[in-house]
Amino acid sequence: MADQPTATERFIQGILPENPVYRQLLGLCATLAVSNNMKAALTMAASVTFVLLCANVVTSLIRNLLKPHLRIVVFTLTIATFVTIADRFLAAYLYQMSKTLGPYIPLIIVNCIIICRCEVCASKQSVFTAASDAIGQSLGFALALSSIAAIREILGTGMFFGLRVLPAAWPDWVIMALPPGAFLTFGLMLAAINWISSNK
Amino acid sequence: MMMESGRREIKDSPGMLERIKKNNLVQGWLVLLLALFFGSALASVQLSLGPKIEMNKLNETLSKVPELVLGASRAHEMEAKNQELGIEAMTIDVNKNNKRVLYNVYKTTYNGEITGWVVKTGGQGYASKLELLIGLDPGMESITGLFILAQKETPGLGNKIITEKWRKQFINKPTKNRLVVVKDGADALNEIDAITGATISSRSVTDILNTAISDLKGQLISGQSSNR
Repeated sequence: MADQPTATERFIQGILPENPVYRQLLGLCATLAVSNNMKAALTMAASVTFVLLCANVVTSLIRNLLKPHLRIVVFTLTIATFVTIADRFLAAYLYQMSKTLGPYIPLIIVNCIIICRCEVCASKQSVFTAASDAIGQSLGFALALSSIAAIREILGTGMFFGLRVLPAAWPDWVIMALPPGAFLTFGLMLAAINWISSNK
Repeated sequence: MMMESGRREIKDSPGMLERIKKNNLVQGWLVLLLALFFGSALASVQLSLGPKIEMNKLNETLSKVPELVLGASRAHEMEAKNQELGIEAMTIDVNKNNKRVLYNVYKTTYNGEITGWVVKTGGQGYASKLELLIGLDPGMESITGLFILAQKETPGLGNKIITEKWRKQFINKPTKNRLVVVKDGADALNEIDAITGATISSRSVTDILNTAISDLKGQLISGQSSNR
């Protein structure tokens, strides 16, 4: 296993070179659904960070006990537990936000970013590497989600974090706040990032 | 003969060990252990956060009660004038086929007169458990409002039950006949339009509402209600 990336490499890769949304095109359901305002996007990103970090650490701790054909069951069990904790926590302390995010928090269970990281990194590498991988990937996810949310919220409602940033004369592009706006923004961002990286 | 049976025994014993190794329970010991561990962790999370979540729901319920009984515009009007409805919570015990069913009901009064009822009820939807608040007029003859307190239905389809556009259909429907969900445009007084692609969610809401109304109608009007 000498060819496995180190903890620092894992951390850096997660943020941009292997960004889960823009590079691996994972976790798109959540990306498209909750990126119409910054508050929801950041709550989602925080929940994913919590789940990814816990799941990666637990998986890495038990990696030597895993049987190859049962590993997906164990991953799902672990992820589902932490997702439920995150869901209950939001319902208790951020009630309105948990209603806004609705079914997307429970849907983190099937978010491919997390199963992917458990499979690729945590089930093979040490706890420290798995944790830094989780943080790197979460930062990458948060970055992607907030970049889309910023564009959609500003153009769609003229606001940023619920505060008005564009003049009142701005005709709100309602479509940006609706699902088509998510696809549009995501597609253009993806094109821009691919174009920039191919020109390097 | 003796030799043969002896040989068979020797052959059998590693087979036995192999069988134990291949046993599902032995294979899955880690899964079982983790399930036990995670299960108890979740139970303790629920024990500590459960009351707080219930409190949040109760606060939301109480804030929605005036709107459900009076309609949004009158509720805002009253709020602007600093007039407040009296809200009295009670538990109604309904005996159905020898089974006890408990309902949380909020009786609203203004200047000593009953303005309406709000019933909290719930049931299984398509993908999740639904919790509804149903507003009813003082005589329980028509529906004055519907609010979805909790749901985790399919995004984009089933979760449209929370939209005002869909819920508005229920307002002013008489409770005399059961409401029916139809797919091709509601015409009759007791018909509700199904959400396209989410007939089961639509039907669940309507059925839960029908059951609650038929269970409570006699009880509340005859005043057999016991105060909590």
